[in-house]
Amino acid sequence: MQRFILRRFFQSLVVLLVVAVVVFALARVTGNAADLLLPEDAGREDREHLLKALGLDRPMHEQLARFLKGALSGDLGMSIRYRKPAVEVFFERLPNTLTLVPIALLSAIVISIPLGLLAAVYRGTIIDRVSGAIAVLGIATPSFWLGIVLIYIFSIQLGWLPSARMGGPAHYILPTITLAAFLVAGMMRLVRSSVLEVLNSEFVKLARIKGLSQTVVIWKHCLRNALIPVVTLFGVFFALLVTGAIVTETVFAWPGVGRLTYEAVIFRDYPLLQAVILLKAMIVLGVNLAVDILYAYLDPRVRYS
Amino acid sequence: MAITTAPADVAVVDDAAPQREFRRLPWVSFAVIAVLALVAVLAPLIATHSPTEQSLPDKLRPPAWQEGGSTKHLLGTDLLGRDVFSRLVYGARVSLTVAMFALLSGGLIGLAIGILAGYAGGRTDSALMRIVDATLTFPTILIALVLAVSLGAGLGTIVLAITVIIWARFARVVRGEVLTVKTRDFVALARVHGCSHVRIMAIHIVPNVLNTFMVLMTLHIGFVIIVEASLSFLGAGIPPPTPSWGQMVADGRSHIASAWWLSALPGAAIMLVVLSFNLFGDWLRDWLDPRLRQV
Repeated sequence: MQRFILRRFFQSLVVLLVVAVVVFALARVTGNAADLLLPEDAGREDREHLLKALGLDRPMHEQLARFLKGALSGDLGMSIRYRKPAVEVFFERLPNTLTLVPIALLSAIVISIPLGLLAAVYRGTIIDRVSGAIAVLGIATPSFWLGIVLIYIFSIQLGWLPSARMGGPAHYILPTITLAAFLVAGMMRLVRSSVLEVLNSEFVKLARIKGLSQTVVIWKHCLRNALIPVVTLFGVFFALLVTGAIVTETVFAWPGVGRLTYEAVIFRDYPLLQAVILLKAMIVLGVNLAVDILYAYLDPRVRYS
Repeated sequence: MAITTAPADVAVVDDAAPQREFRRLPWVSFAVIAVLALVAVLAPLIATHSPTEQSLPDKLRPPAWQEGGSTKHLLGTDLLGRDVFSRLVYGARVSLTVAMFALLSGGLIGLAIGILAGYAGGRTDSALMRIVDATLTFPTILIALVLAVSLGAGLGTIVLAITVIIWARFARVVRGEVLTVKTRDFVALARVHGCSHVRIMAIHIVPNVLNTFMVLMTLHIGFVIIVEASLSFLGAGIPPPTPSWGQMVADGRSHIASAWWLSALPGAAIMLVVLSFNLFGDWLRDWLDPRLRQV
């Protein structure tokens, strides 16, 4: 188990390092960071001075070493737009995202598991068809557009719910739906197909032969085993959630790290974008690592493969 | 890692039923795709106006059927007085062009890596698959955003960005397919005959995974269109004034209260097109390669 954890930890570090190097390399392609910082009428001397101050006159490998060293000590440069350390800006916004994302994830799970289960148990009936249609539509609907349509219907036409920014519980409803819809379609189909598979298995037949009621067979024997793929794919779902949060927070002017990512793109604030991406990468890799370890703990087969 | 990660939102997972369900050709989807292709090719003939021509006196005209609308601008005009219908028509061109190039590059890279990993096996395989796993669980859109910001927005950048996002999905499925193909007798025979590994991969393996590859391509068209629209929506897509659907939705967002058509119409277009491609892809999969359902 320790070897497994160590190996997985090392892998995550490698991925993080690759992301850092890619981000660093792309920053050099952008042209010079100095040109972004300098006013347009700056002279040649000013430019050279700044280059020296930023260390941009050094050879590439030295710059990379400096960048990585800075990153290790939590220094990812200054945001051009906020004129503050980019890391600081990120952590100011992070709590706002952390209130939204877990609610959305939970809602997605609460909706998609029963729906997927029902669709599998009542296969071929109207319930299955409706849930199938929801899944197909859900996959085809761009979430940024769903958010706008929800705002138009519930905020502008009906005036029931606030359309933007943070606030009381009502502010959470539309962003949660938008973000959760992103996941529900995929999760629901996954639950459905794995329940179908489990329904055909020997141990379910045995449970039936033993005379257990349909409810017990389905909720206890089926669902538990059918949820394994959902847990396995948690990493993919989490990645989708991080992606979805960028779009959702943008649509609802939600002041979290997703919206911050969008701002960094729109204002071409490269240092900020670089910091946001590295920090998000760290979070995603950390979550995946935790899930994998938990999974290996629960299912010993994983450890030795 | 034994943890297999399949792309969740492609929903290739479906019935576990062994029997082959044959479905009728989805005519509606087929018609939508045909119309879309026609519109994209014949854009200059179909558009009633230039998609970039501004006319401020005509700005924010509603669609023809609404009060204040006229048949001059069938679907109304935007903030700068540009004709929404014409922009949608040209936007179809952009969407399809991006989708085509991105699928080709992402698909071919995925195909090559999948074949290499599956055929070579051993260390090469596990190293490549580790990269694939990392890519699938990483929000690759972040890398796409960095690309767009650092290389500058444009067709090349967005194709590259989408390639980064999709190649791993292709590689994973193709590799699985190669694993079964390479154990077949004709591969061993080719080896006995002295074929080089490269030759075996190119001549004996590729044709046998081509069906799967085509189905994957079709199943991903819709996904690629959504990714392109999302990137454009986030300001990292095709730069203005070239019309793209995602960017049209973004532009109309702040005027949703007074001019619903600006965001609603291009969004509906994306949804309809993606839905059609997905249904068509499902049908093609059932027809050509029903095993993919279980991937």
